[in-house]
Amino acid sequence: MILSSQLKIREEDLLPLERDYYRDEGSNTQEISFLKAAWQRLLANRIAMCSLLVILLILLFSAIGPSLSPYSYEQQIYGDENMPPSWTHPFGTDRLGRDLMVRCMIGTRISLTVGIISAVIVLIIGSIYGSVSGLVGGKVDLIMMRIVDVVYSVPEILLIVVIKLVIDEPLTRLVTSTPFLKPLQKMGSGLIAIFIVYGCLYWVGMARIVRGQVLQLKEMEYVTAAEALGAGKSWLIRKHLIPNCIGQLIATAMLQIPSAIFTEAFLSFLGIGVSAPMASLGSLTSEALSGLTTAPYRMIFPAALISLIILAFNLFGDGLRDALDPKMKKR
Amino acid sequence: MAEKIIRRVLLAAFSLFVIISITFFLMNLIPGDPFMSEKATEESRAVLIAKYGLDQPLLVQYGKYLAGLFHGDMGTSYVLQKGRAISTIVTDAFAVSVKLGIRALLLAVLLGVPLGCVAGFFKDKLPDGILRVTSAIGISVPGYVIAAVLMLVFAVKLRILPVSYGRPMGEIMPIVTLAVYPACYLTRLTRASILEVLGQDYLKTERAKGMSELVVIFIHALKNSLVPIITYLGPLTASILTGGFVAESVFNVPGLGRYFVNAISARDYTLIMGVTIFYAALIIFMNLLCDILYQVVDPRIKIG
Repeated sequence: MILSSQLKIREEDLLPLERDYYRDEGSNTQEISFLKAAWQRLLANRIAMCSLLVILLILLFSAIGPSLSPYSYEQQIYGDENMPPSWTHPFGTDRLGRDLMVRCMIGTRISLTVGIISAVIVLIIGSIYGSVSGLVGGKVDLIMMRIVDVVYSVPEILLIVVIKLVIDEPLTRLVTSTPFLKPLQKMGSGLIAIFIVYGCLYWVGMARIVRGQVLQLKEMEYVTAAEALGAGKSWLIRKHLIPNCIGQLIATAMLQIPSAIFTEAFLSFLGIGVSAPMASLGSLTSEALSGLTTAPYRMIFPAALISLIILAFNLFGDGLRDALDPKMKKR
Repeated sequence: MAEKIIRRVLLAAFSLFVIISITFFLMNLIPGDPFMSEKATEESRAVLIAKYGLDQPLLVQYGKYLAGLFHGDMGTSYVLQKGRAISTIVTDAFAVSVKLGIRALLLAVLLGVPLGCVAGFFKDKLPDGILRVTSAIGISVPGYVIAAVLMLVFAVKLRILPVSYGRPMGEIMPIVTLAVYPACYLTRLTRASILEVLGQDYLKTERAKGMSELVVIFIHALKNSLVPIITYLGPLTASILTGGFVAESVFNVPGLGRYFVNAISARDYTLIMGVTIFYAALIIFMNLLCDILYQVVDPRIKIG
């Protein structure tokens, strides 16, 4: 039995603590150590680091390259048509006398833009949809997930083509008539259509992953504990759900980039990708198809670049997934 | 289980219905009509529009289209093969695509699954490294690049294979083009799946019984790692179909994929729609089949 005289309670023990005394201490150390550990795992992964290096080099190539080149991507140099690779044109020129190196740089820029923007769109829509579905639960969850099932079973590539054909004309009209959308004009309605389609269709995979994570985390004891301690919904989301999902989310989004670039290349092959004279790596390769037997060099550079980009992003995404989510590691 | 399967079938039917509706209304949103490009007078255009029933309210057209679909009637082509029924175009062309697709599918499975097992068997050793790199490259190269490279090497430089389909051995290049991506994907999938199964206790028992490692991997581990591979069969069909767009138009195969590509460039809307719906139905059916098969193979899995 403890007598009250044995319990030495000092006056200051009864004072309330500073508002964020425990919160900051607890969560910060955990977050830093998690990211640090993930970073160390990533650094140790030689394949992932090589891919990262390749990605950075390609970024540099496409970001700085065009301003260093004496030509512009749409400039037709008369007398220099159909040139094989040489010192003046390292990648050669095309039928209209445009320098292929600059076009490849611009094309890389476009392909990377497509990849990254699509990934961001998917990430945002997918995580919002998935977390709402998982957190609210019940009937709402059921209906939302049936919608996902339906969208999931849609063969995306086919619907991309259909949607693209439909929105192409109104979109071009909208872009040319609205002054503040003018900058988009150069990009061509094709690219914007791809983003819209990505926003419409590709988020379902992400939404499923997020919902699964949310449901799993909702059952975790420490979340229940935090709830019992009076943590609110937004606190739970910010401090428990997001840090726990983020690894898988980033990795999935990362793997979305090569898939979007792949899709863009496929659409360009069908002739409905970016509009000329703008170039993407996909449109450059598919343009080169027609002259394959006489001028194979036109194919080689953009094809090698696009394959390299997709490969690097795939390998880096794999590495990132392993680093951020060691539980999911499958090898 | 029966109830779950019925629910799954209903969901598939509903998905298909949604896709048909979306495609129908999207197609009708496209400004203009299919006869705009023709040098027709106003009157003859009006006659054509009336003939195809395009002057009726959209909902009536939709009802008619749905009713037609039930009888396998998807209308007629407006541009590419004027007046020919879409359903006959689709079935004729699909017969060609299936001949290529099935062989590509077999090639992909027969290459990908054993290679994945080999990679798992030699984990972190040289064969595994080689297979991992090649399969990573294989899933990173766009299909038409593979087609172009094959063509350049075997048809133009070495001259051992014919450029286009229809001549002897003309199928080889399109089949290989179709099989590369799924074969590489299957290699990675099988490897990952087998490595996961390898850690399990019942395999330790097998080894303790003195089974050779080969028997353990190829007979006991493979059986249980088949589950993710079966799930992939649905997307695999889809990927061979979309791969077909590329392979068939590069090698001039008169299959459904080439029709789709041509229909897009000719803006032959009824044909695009017919092919889309046909493909969607096929893919949905394959996914359904996989889901059910999935449960038969592994009773632990519940379908939702």
